[in-house]
Amino acid sequence: MIAKRNISVEVNGALRQAEVEPRLTLADFLRHTLDLTGTHVGCEHGVCGACTVLVDGRSARSCLTFAVQVDGRAVTTIEGLGPGAGGLGVLQEAFQRHHALQCGFCTPGMLTTLTELLNDNPDPTEDEVREVITGNLCRCTGYAGIVAAALDAARRLREGEA
Amino acid sequence: MGVKHFGARVARLEDPALLTGRGRYVDDVNIPGMLHACFVRSPHGHALIQSIDAGAARQMPGVHAVLTADDLPAPMAGARMPMLVPNAAIAALRTQHCLARDEVCYVGQTVAVVIAESRYLAEDAVAMVEVDYDPLPAVSDCRAALEPGAPTAHRDLPDNLASAFRQSFGDVDAAFAGAPHVFRESLFQHRGGGMALETRGVVAHHDRITDLLTVWSATQTPHIGRRMIADLLGRSPERIRVIAPDVGGGFGPKAIFYAEEAVIAAAALLLGTPVKWIEDRREHFLAATQERDQHWDVEIAVEADGRIRGVRGSLIHDTGAFVPWGVIMPYIASATMPGPYVLPAYQLDVKVALTNKVATTPVRGAGRPQAVFAMERLMDRVAQGLGIDPAEVRRRNFIQPEQMPYAVGLIFRDGKPLVYDSGDYPKAQAEALTLADHAGFPARKAAALKAGRHIGIGIANYVEGTGLGPFEGVTVRVQQNGKVLVATGATNQGQGTRTTLSQIISDRLGCRIEDIEMSIGDTAAIANGVGAFASRQAVNAGSSAAMAAEVVRARVVQLAARALGVPEAEVAIEDGKAIAQSGNRPEIGFGDLARLSQGMPGFSMAAGDMPGLEHTAYFTPPQASYCSGTHVVEAEVDIMTGGVRLLTYSVAHDSGTIINPLIVDGQVQGGVAHGIGNALMEFMKYDENAQPVTTTFADYLMPMATDVPTCRIAHVESPSPLNPLGVKGAGEGGTIPAAAAIVAAVEDALSPFGIRFSETPLTPERIVEALTVAGAYKRAAS
Ligand code: FES
Ligand code: FES
Repeated sequence: MIAKRNISVEVNGALRQAEVEPRLTLADFLRHTLDLTGTHVGCEHGVCGACTVLVDGRSARSCLTFAVQVDGRAVTTIEGLGPGAGGLGVLQEAFQRHHALQCGFCTPGMLTTLTELLNDNPDPTEDEVREVITGNLCRCTGYAGIVAAALDAARRLREGEA
Repeated sequence: MGVKHFGARVARLEDPALLTGRGRYVDDVNIPGMLHACFVRSPHGHALIQSIDAGAARQMPGVHAVLTADDLPAPMAGARMPMLVPNAAIAALRTQHCLARDEVCYVGQTVAVVIAESRYLAEDAVAMVEVDYDPLPAVSDCRAALEPGAPTAHRDLPDNLASAFRQSFGDVDAAFAGAPHVFRESLFQHRGGGMALETRGVVAHHDRITDLLTVWSATQTPHIGRRMIADLLGRSPERIRVIAPDVGGGFGPKAIFYAEEAVIAAAALLLGTPVKWIEDRREHFLAATQERDQHWDVEIAVEADGRIRGVRGSLIHDTGAFVPWGVIMPYIASATMPGPYVLPAYQLDVKVALTNKVATTPVRGAGRPQAVFAMERLMDRVAQGLGIDPAEVRRRNFIQPEQMPYAVGLIFRDGKPLVYDSGDYPKAQAEALTLADHAGFPARKAAALKAGRHIGIGIANYVEGTGLGPFEGVTVRVQQNGKVLVATGATNQGQGTRTTLSQIISDRLGCRIEDIEMSIGDTAAIANGVGAFASRQAVNAGSSAAMAAEVVRARVVQLAARALGVPEAEVAIEDGKAIAQSGNRPEIGFGDLARLSQGMPGFSMAAGDMPGLEHTAYFTPPQASYCSGTHVVEAEVDIMTGGVRLLTYSVAHDSGTIINPLIVDGQVQGGVAHGIGNALMEFMKYDENAQPVTTTFADYLMPMATDVPTCRIAHVESPSPLNPLGVKGAGEGGTIPAAAAIVAAVEDALSPFGIRFSETPLTPERIVEALTVAGAYKRAAS
C-alpha cells in the first residue's frame, strides 16, 4: 500500500486536516472521512454529475478527483451553499418552489453547478442553463423544474434578493 | 377549518432537508465498526463453477471474510430465492441462489462476497478470489432462444420457454376473414433499465442486546424485503426491521428483492459487525433488473372507414435468466394493447424466453409502453393505408365516456376483469391536440419544408391500469405532544409521498400540515405494508390515509365533546384544536386529548372506548383504476446527422382527482423524459455471448436537459369511483405513450422519403441508415 499523505483543505469555510490514502477520491473523503454526506455519487465515472462540488469556486467531479489533489484548496459542497442552519438560499428556495427535485439525489450536483453558472453569468438564457446542466443527469424530474428554478433564481438575485 | 391542502400546489415537505445536504440515503448510514462488502460476480453469461479459491483474498490486509454459498446460513445456503409473483402460466419457476452454487447464468450474478475494512480493500480482495469457471454456451437473443436446438440458459432445463399464454376475446378469425383492410407490423422494442441516479445499497446491523437485525436498503418495498429476509435466514420477522431511508429514485428495479440484500444481512449476523454494500454503477448495469427486448408481430383488421374489427398477433418477451417477479410484464403488455379503443376481437400469443442475461422486471411503465407502441403503430398504419388523418382514425375508434364503466373482455394482472372505471378519451385527445396547435401544424410543416427542415407530428393514446392491490396501510396517531404521527408501508423514492399524505390528513383530521410527523418505509412503524410499484400509492395509501384520519377525527370529536361538556355536533376542529361552537367557545388541544385517550391508572375506560387516539386503515382496491391520456409531439429531424430534436411536447393526462398538481406535473414531466430515453437513446446492449457492452453512462445514453422539452400539460379529471378520493396513479403515464408518439413524429418528419419505423430506440444511426436505404442522400446530391 502506498503511504498515506497529510492534506489540509478548507471545506465550506472550515479548515480540515486528515491523513489519507493517495487513492481516496474527494467524494469519499467528503462523505466518509468528513461525514459530509450531502455530496452524492451516482456513477463514479464522471458522467452523471451528482458528485459535483466547487473547488476554489469552480465545479469539479469529486468522483474523478483525488482528495490529495485539493490539498491547500477550498471546497464548497451542498452543505455550504445556503445561509446555514438548514435555511435555504435563493437558488434552493427556487428549487422547492418549482419542484426541481424529486428524489433529491442529483440535487447537490445541480445546485453546485448552477451556483457556478449564476456567479459567472447572472442573466443566463434558458438554452444556457440547459447547456450547463447537460453534465448533470436527473432521472426523476425531466429537468423542467430545474431550468425554471435556475431562471427564477437568477432573476431574483439580479433584483437583489439576498 | 384551516387552509385546504387537498388539490393545492403545496410545496413539498421533503425538500428543505434534501436541498441542504441533510437527506439520509443508505450510503449515508454510518455505524461505528462497520465493514464494507464487495461482490465477486460472474464474468460469464453461462458457466459452471468448478471451484472457488478464496485463500489469497482472505490473507489480504483488512479482509475479514470471504463468503461463498456454503458459508451462508440455512436455508439460504441451498435454497433458491422466493418468487414474488407466482403464476400458473409459468413453466420454469426459476429464481436464483443468493450466492451461486454450481452454475452461473448471467454476467454479474453473485458468486461470493468479500467483507473488508473499506470498500477499497474489499475491491482489492475481490480481484484475488480465484473462481475456476467452465464456460457453457450462452443464449443472448430471445428469439434465438426459442429456436429448436438453441443452447439452454440453464443446464438442467429442456428449453428456454419460461411461459406461454394467450390473451383473447371475441371472434378474431371472423374479424379478419371479412375485413376490407388488414395492416401488419413487426416491431422490435427495447427498453433499458430504471437507472435511478442512486444505485442499490444495503446496510445491515445486528444488535446483540435486542437481537434485532436492522437492514437499511435502497428499496421500494421494505415490508416485502423483511418477509424475504425472514424466509431466507429462517428468522422471526419480529426480529427483523427493514428501513427504506431516503431513496434516490426507484422506477421499478428497486421494487424487486435482491440476493445482495439477503447476503449482506447474513454477513452482518455471521460476522457480528455492521456491514455495508453500495452498488457501483457498473454493477447496476450488470445486476439490477431491467426491461429489455420484446418482438411483436401484430396485425389489425379494419373497416373501410378505419373502425377496428380486430387485432391479433404474437409477442416474444426476454425475461433473462430468472423470473423473480413472475411474468407480469408481458402479461400487462398483453392486457394494455386494446387501449382506449373499441376492439371487438383480440388475440395475442405470448412467449416468454429465458436468456443468459440479468432478469427483466418492471421499469416505469412495465410492459405498457411496448403495448401502446404496438397498438399506436398499427393505428398509424391504418391512417397511412386509408389516407385518414391519424387523429381522426383514433377519434373514430374511441370508447365513449358514456360507455364507462367499460369491460374490455380480458382479465388484468390483478386477476380481475379488465374494466375501465372512468375516463374521457375523446376529450383528452382533443385537449392535447389543442395544446399542440395541431390545426396549425400543416402550415408549420410546409413552411419548414420550404426552409429545408423536416418536422413531423406524432400522436399516441394510452390507458394504464394503476393503483393495484393488495393494500397499503396508514396509521394516524395523535400524540401527547400534540403532533400527529403518520406511519405507512408506502415508500418514497421521490414521489412526494410524505407531502401527499400530509395534505390528505391535515384536511381530514384538522391539523396543521407542519404538525405531521411521518414514518415512511420502516417495517417497525406499521405491521403490514407493500410499497411502491404499479403507480399504486396515491390510490392505496392515499385512501387509507383519508380513512384513518376520519376515524381519528371522529374520536377527537367524541373525546372533546366529553371534555368540553358540549354535544358532539358543537365541536369544531381546527389546526390541532377542538373548539366548542357555543358558550365562550372553550377549546382543548390534540395533545391533551391524546392524554385523555390513555385513561387514568386504575380507572376503567368509558364503555366502548378504545385506548389511544389512533387508527390504522388498510385500503384494498376492488380492482385497478385506469388512468389515461394523450401525448402529441412535434419533432424535427436533421437528415444529415439523424439527430432528433423535440420541438414541443403536449400531454393531456387523466389520473382522476389530483391531490397535488405540482407533484403530478412533475411525475408527468419526469415520465416523459424517461420515455424520450426509451424512444431515442437508451439501449442496453449485449453481444452474442450475452456479455453486456453498455456498462457506463458514456455508452448507455440517458436523456439530458437539452433532450427534454418542458411539456405543455392539461389535466382531464375523471374521478375514479373505486376509492374514496377518486384518485388514480400518476407515476408511469408520462412514460407509457412517449415512444409511440415520438417515433410517429420522426416518421412523419421523414414522410417525404416514405420511411416507416417499427422499433425503439430510434438512434441517429438507425435514422441515417433508413434515409440511406430510402435514397435520401442520392436524391439530395442529384
Ligand atoms: S459520481 Fe461523479 S460524475 Fe457521477
Ligand atoms: S431528483 Fe432524482 S435524480 Fe434528480
